[in-house]
Amino acid sequence: MKKLPTWIDILLIPLINLAIALFLSALVVLYIGEDPMDALSIMIKGAIGSSYGWGYTLYYATNFIFTGLAVSVAFHAKMFNIGGEGQAALGGLGVALVCLMFPWPHWILALPVAIIGGAVFGAAWAAIPAYLQAKRGSHIVITTIMFNFMASALLVYLLVNVLKAPGSMAPETGRFIEGARLPTGHDMLGWFGIKFSKSPPVNISFLISLLFCFFIWFLIWRTKLGYEIRAFGHSESAAKYAGISPIKIIMVSMLISGALAGLMGINSVMGESERLVIDSVQGAGFIGIAVALMGRSHPFGVLLAAILFGILYQGGAELALWTNIPRELIVVIQALVILLTGALDNMIRMPIERLYFKMVRAGT
Amino acid sequence: MTKDKQERPETAAPAIQLKNISKSFGPVQANKNISLTVNSGTIHGIVGENGAGKSTLMSILYGFYKADSGDIYIRNAKTSIPDSQAAISAGIGMVFQHFKLVENFTVLENVILGAEDGALLKDSLSKARRQLQELSTEYELDVDPDAIIENLSVGLQQRVEILKALYRRANILILDEPTGVLTPAEADHLFRILKNLRDQGKTVILITHKLREIMDATDTVSVMRSGEMTATIKTNQTSPEKLAELMVGRKVLLNVSKSVAKAGDIALEVKDLKVTDEKGVLRVKGITFNVREGEILGIAGVAGNGQSELLEALGGFRKSQGLVSVYGHSLDLESPSGQEIRDQSIAHVPEDRQRLGLIMDFTAWENIGFGYQHEPEYSNSWGLMNNRKMRKDASNKMEKFDVRPSNIKLKVRNFSGGNQQKLVLAREIERNPDILLIGQPTRGVDIGAIEFIHNEIIKMRDEGKAIILVSVELDEILSLTDRVSVMFDGNLVGDRITRETNARELGLLMGGETD
Repeated sequence: MKKLPTWIDILLIPLINLAIALFLSALVVLYIGEDPMDALSIMIKGAIGSSYGWGYTLYYATNFIFTGLAVSVAFHAKMFNIGGEGQAALGGLGVALVCLMFPWPHWILALPVAIIGGAVFGAAWAAIPAYLQAKRGSHIVITTIMFNFMASALLVYLLVNVLKAPGSMAPETGRFIEGARLPTGHDMLGWFGIKFSKSPPVNISFLISLLFCFFIWFLIWRTKLGYEIRAFGHSESAAKYAGISPIKIIMVSMLISGALAGLMGINSVMGESERLVIDSVQGAGFIGIAVALMGRSHPFGVLLAAILFGILYQGGAELALWTNIPRELIVVIQALVILLTGALDNMIRMPIERLYFKMVRAGT
Repeated sequence: MTKDKQERPETAAPAIQLKNISKSFGPVQANKNISLTVNSGTIHGIVGENGAGKSTLMSILYGFYKADSGDIYIRNAKTSIPDSQAAISAGIGMVFQHFKLVENFTVLENVILGAEDGALLKDSLSKARRQLQELSTEYELDVDPDAIIENLSVGLQQRVEILKALYRRANILILDEPTGVLTPAEADHLFRILKNLRDQGKTVILITHKLREIMDATDTVSVMRSGEMTATIKTNQTSPEKLAELMVGRKVLLNVSKSVAKAGDIALEVKDLKVTDEKGVLRVKGITFNVREGEILGIAGVAGNGQSELLEALGGFRKSQGLVSVYGHSLDLESPSGQEIRDQSIAHVPEDRQRLGLIMDFTAWENIGFGYQHEPEYSNSWGLMNNRKMRKDASNKMEKFDVRPSNIKLKVRNFSGGNQQKLVLAREIERNPDILLIGQPTRGVDIGAIEFIHNEIIKMRDEGKAIILVSVELDEILSLTDRVSVMFDGNLVGDRITRETNARELGLLMGGETD
């Protein structure tokens, strides 16, 4: 009979976890010799205090939404997809190839094909570990980690030997043509006459990522495939009893997961750098794991967690700029958040549960 | 062994006294004002339907839960039991339904686990070896101290659990549904041990839902119903019928009445079926049988003789070799699928409802469509689920099968075992299949529900469906089936017409005495 209301489950408990993580980080800041309150206010102001800050925060959040959704979908099938990093790198390659190969007249035409390119390349990179898991029982965690390294090596090879722009010294492709340039936050809000800072890289991919949050919610809770994925994730033996093919579910859920990670490429490669560079993913694949954990694998939770991590990322950059606190402190905060939401979740959950039921009983 | 139940002097201090114990979980009151006295040197039975509050009460006694109010007295001394450590030091030992043993440790290592004397094991082990020796001679509790647990039979593993409690100097032993996993012979042996323990002055509390065991083994019996203690009676002054009435709150028919079967065409035919398990052991060794429309074929046998594997193979869960045909259509045994089985209008109520039959973390309504998610009423050709339809279906089916609570949004995990079983039965029977495979239909189900489930199965038979019923409960086989085949060591060793056989004959066949 025990069940916490949803708002406590997916909102209050993560917030308390976050508060504890921030408190512990404050102790580190104190130890470095800075004022924690100052640091916090620089972070928050830097991340959401201006349209410039928001522009960066939402750009990062877009990356994390895609990779967080990727981890979530696999997680519903009890597959721990650690390979978001590699799948996103390949997705970036797919997006870049689409952008470079055709003389796009307008982004409206380029974007749908780039989405397909990123998704197909990301899914393909997830397909091999998925197949090995489904058919041979090779553990998905191990294989996807290995595929991250292979992806990174493959991209270095391609950028140095194949895709490098002629005459350039840097291992990166040439700049995409104007017709493959996505509208930024500045452009889009400008259509409605709203002023928005020109420099941050947030772009239309953010809206695409919101769309995908909805798609994934719909997929998981409203379709037969989602029903089967969740059933398989909860109990493989029962799924088999019901005639659900484990091979199909492992393959399909991992392909969707890889495709979502690959979609990150439209934001980072097409939207921001407008060329393919080495290490375009920058760890977003791994942050997706934390985002999915904190968002409890629910697309809405993923959205909130991704924005939170966007704030941490952008705020952290500001912190490094204006204080003596190194940028790595953000990694510490992230680690604390992951530790508290993932590993130590019950530490907070149990006392809150007890308190809540005591209050319910006192109230009735 | 029943020599002196009446003459036994009831020693002055009662072993346990519970006074006005109450406990609630959220809005559910699991124990209401329970008072109970258990006299030392007796076997005290506690019966009640699933969800009556037996397990909660014992968990309070063993320190797993804390009572909201009320007191516990052990030998007249008020005792608080905040955790199981306190229960152990108060002399209470518990044998759980699911054993808590380390499978790859030896008996000896399991016995001392958590009760080691120091950092080095050698002294503890040799001390335990001596004590085990004494205990085994004193109470007929022979177990090889150096045997690895996973190599022992279930009955012996249970003995290790009892030894563990006794090694911790338990004077009061609580056993929760101890015979659920035992063969009839093992159960008899267990009761001999318990009587022995009683005769040596120990107190035993036996929780069970099997009335026959209460009548055979206990001195006193307490009945619980929906969180309350409804009666405590001397066992020799009551009867199974009276206990059943006390448990359910109304008169209960312990035997189903049914007409003679009108068997029709052959619905399911099995020829030379062989099933191999995961370890490569041949569990079903080439059996042949058939089932006709309008009859119930019982597969009897002691658990572990291949019935489970047979059922799982027929249900499309497990690979097999041979031939299975449904109205002349041969099933694909090489790559079986639960979907193909359902397409052939076969419904399968698995033996292990928690592992196979249900998704425990799904809500009740999500489980009502489980396995039938492809059916047009639950999902359209675009792959979209019709959740509203499934919810409506769930309400109807749960009402018809009296699943309690009737909340369709509750996770299945939070239903009692009997109600989980009713959910599976509601799902499978209401699909109106041609053939019903059903394993242990009433395992862990309370008496009131057993009557209902048996009647539903008979009703299906009378509608001309073919039914295969696998059960380890001989009573169930005898009262429900029309024909019975006994399975022993992977073979069918005897076919009988149920009307013309009896428990004794089947018992011998189950023990391997072939025709």
